[in-house]
Amino acid sequence: MSETYEQMWSELGLDLEAHDALLQVLGKGYQDIYMSQSGRAAGMEYFNFVMSEVHGLRVKELLDGKKEGRKVIGSFCVFVPEEIVRAADAVLVGLCTGADFAMEEVEKLLPRNTCSLIKSAFGFKLGKVCPYMESADLIVGENTCDGKKKAYETLDKLVPNLYVMDLPQTKSPEGRALLKAEYERFKKAVEKLTGVEIDGARLKRGIEIVNNKRKAVHRLAQLRKADPVPISGLDALLVNQVYFYDDPIRFTDSVNKICDELEERAATVNGAFPENTPRILLSGCPMAVPNWKLPWIVETSGAAIVGEESCVGERGTRNLTDASAATVDGLMDAIVDRHFLVDCAIFTPNPDRLNHVKEMKDAYGADGVIHYGLQFCQPYQMESIPVEADLENHGIPTLRIDTDYGMEDVEQLKTRVEAFIETLR
Amino acid sequence: MIVAGCDVGSLSGEAVILKDNSILTYEIMRVRPRPEQTAQDVMIKALSKADLTLADLDYCVSTGYGREKIPFAHSSISEISCHGRGAHWANTEVRTVIDIGGQDCKVIRVDKRGYMVDFAMNDKCAAGTGRFLEGMAKALGVSLSEMGPLSFESSSPIGITKTCSVLAQYDVVCMINDGMEVADIAAGINKAMAERISKMTKKVGVRKEVAMTGGVAKNSGVVHGLKKVLDVDIVDLNGVDPQIVGALGAALFAQERAERELRK
Repeated sequence: MSETYEQMWSELGLDLEAHDALLQVLGKGYQDIYMSQSGRAAGMEYFNFVMSEVHGLRVKELLDGKKEGRKVIGSFCVFVPEEIVRAADAVLVGLCTGADFAMEEVEKLLPRNTCSLIKSAFGFKLGKVCPYMESADLIVGENTCDGKKKAYETLDKLVPNLYVMDLPQTKSPEGRALLKAEYERFKKAVEKLTGVEIDGARLKRGIEIVNNKRKAVHRLAQLRKADPVPISGLDALLVNQVYFYDDPIRFTDSVNKICDELEERAATVNGAFPENTPRILLSGCPMAVPNWKLPWIVETSGAAIVGEESCVGERGTRNLTDASAATVDGLMDAIVDRHFLVDCAIFTPNPDRLNHVKEMKDAYGADGVIHYGLQFCQPYQMESIPVEADLENHGIPTLRIDTDYGMEDVEQLKTRVEAFIETLR
Repeated sequence: MIVAGCDVGSLSGEAVILKDNSILTYEIMRVRPRPEQTAQDVMIKALSKADLTLADLDYCVSTGYGREKIPFAHSSISEISCHGRGAHWANTEVRTVIDIGGQDCKVIRVDKRGYMVDFAMNDKCAAGTGRFLEGMAKALGVSLSEMGPLSFESSSPIGITKTCSVLAQYDVVCMINDGMEVADIAAGINKAMAERISKMTKKVGVRKEVAMTGGVAKNSGVVHGLKKVLDVDIVDLNGVDPQIVGALGAALFAQERAERELRK
């Protein structure tokens, strides 16, 4: 695909040589991890295609859209309300944060002990390899953890269009009021960017588009409750990852198609793994493309992942936005209420998350929980200790893994994960 | 029925041949550059001691870091399960196994049948592992096997405060230059190892009986230190070399799997 898009990438200011190297690594990783799986749904072919064109056709679509006035907004977090973006006929895309790149440049700007996700965002910018970031008319940085908050101060000097959204840290009335005020401010910013006035009808349409996308992934999640599980955790994770990039309507259709296929499969007991394969619930930090390391280790060590308690997963997508209000203000309230339920570890205290882990464990029939903490992600690493203690107290086998995007610890992790799975049998 | 377990770790490789649930022969060797080479060599050596060849094996389970690269193994199991299983076979009273290998250490809790139920593992660095001891012995200019007995000659062990192998090695060199007693330094090293491992053991919980496996279990200084810090006896493996326990566990799993296949 290189030649086809070279001009486009070049115009976006990408470093073609570095970008080629990145695509090669990405392509090889995808081949090794994804294409080696057996018994995949035929509908995953669409996602293979999306991944093969992730920096190609999709970016071209965005750029074609921009020529017609469709603005592109980039985001790093599920707290950026997509409903508002869609209401203005703009596009929301998740920015690249799932791989180490240009680390020597990054570490000139950020401390070494910054989490991989934040470093990755900087690496893609400094290495000039993220076409999404370069296509974005507006980049939204959100004040979640301290790492991101402070890193945005530095990112602001690297990009011309950073918009910082403040976020509450407590689930209090004051916290909700802050979120409401910030979403109102964001709505105005989107209106200013797009020149579109967001009225009730537009907001309802935005909500509908995003809700449909959520409903499709809910449907997929439901299917994973079956034993044998009809889809691998890797494939389900990929669907959740592509959620952030793809055209929402096409994405919704594609996920529903897979669900149709899997429903048929479930009827014939044709799983992605044999019956009675140990079932794992992943919980913790989000996994952005191409961060497939831990799921790949788990699923090549004799277990199947049946759910992700993660922002790239059920934490991020589980609630719908109520579209029944008649006024713009009522709909904005509904959007605030929906997002205020997200139980990210930046909230203190955050009991809902632990409850959700236990709910998911039961709902998906998981035999054990693997807690994934990104090294130096203080909120999730701090929470992982009480979460593990509570789960163990409830008799739920739990393995706590702290790792990063590097591949140096794969063998050690494999030993640990295999041993954990051996205790579940 | 003849089965085998093969454990290829970071520093050494071991093979154990079981015949009808008892150890027929075993072999230990320093690792070769490639795990498959180590596995092949150590297994052939062990087999030849009993005039056997690979073709005589009904089943072979591999374990250790090289477990997936061993061509003649029928399946693989993590060394954590294997050490638990092997130690329990050697002494059925064992419920807690402290395994200190070349590049990591693990504490394993097993049930009354020898199956692992919980574990903790240090795999972040070489501190508290065989590699650490090896480096220290080198700095002291003594052999690894002398490290244990040496430390009993000391009356005042020197405190080793660094957990990092590289930095601790530097400290040891400085101590020697300062004219400190080699025995006191060795005792300090063993004590530091024991203290580090005891922290991890306490995390899993000390349930009696406690056994030690892996190469470091051959260091009487560390074993003695652990007994003291944990205030618990470390039981005997009834003559089984602690270094072959991983391979032994793998052989026991091989026996179980071979029997299961026969029943099919």
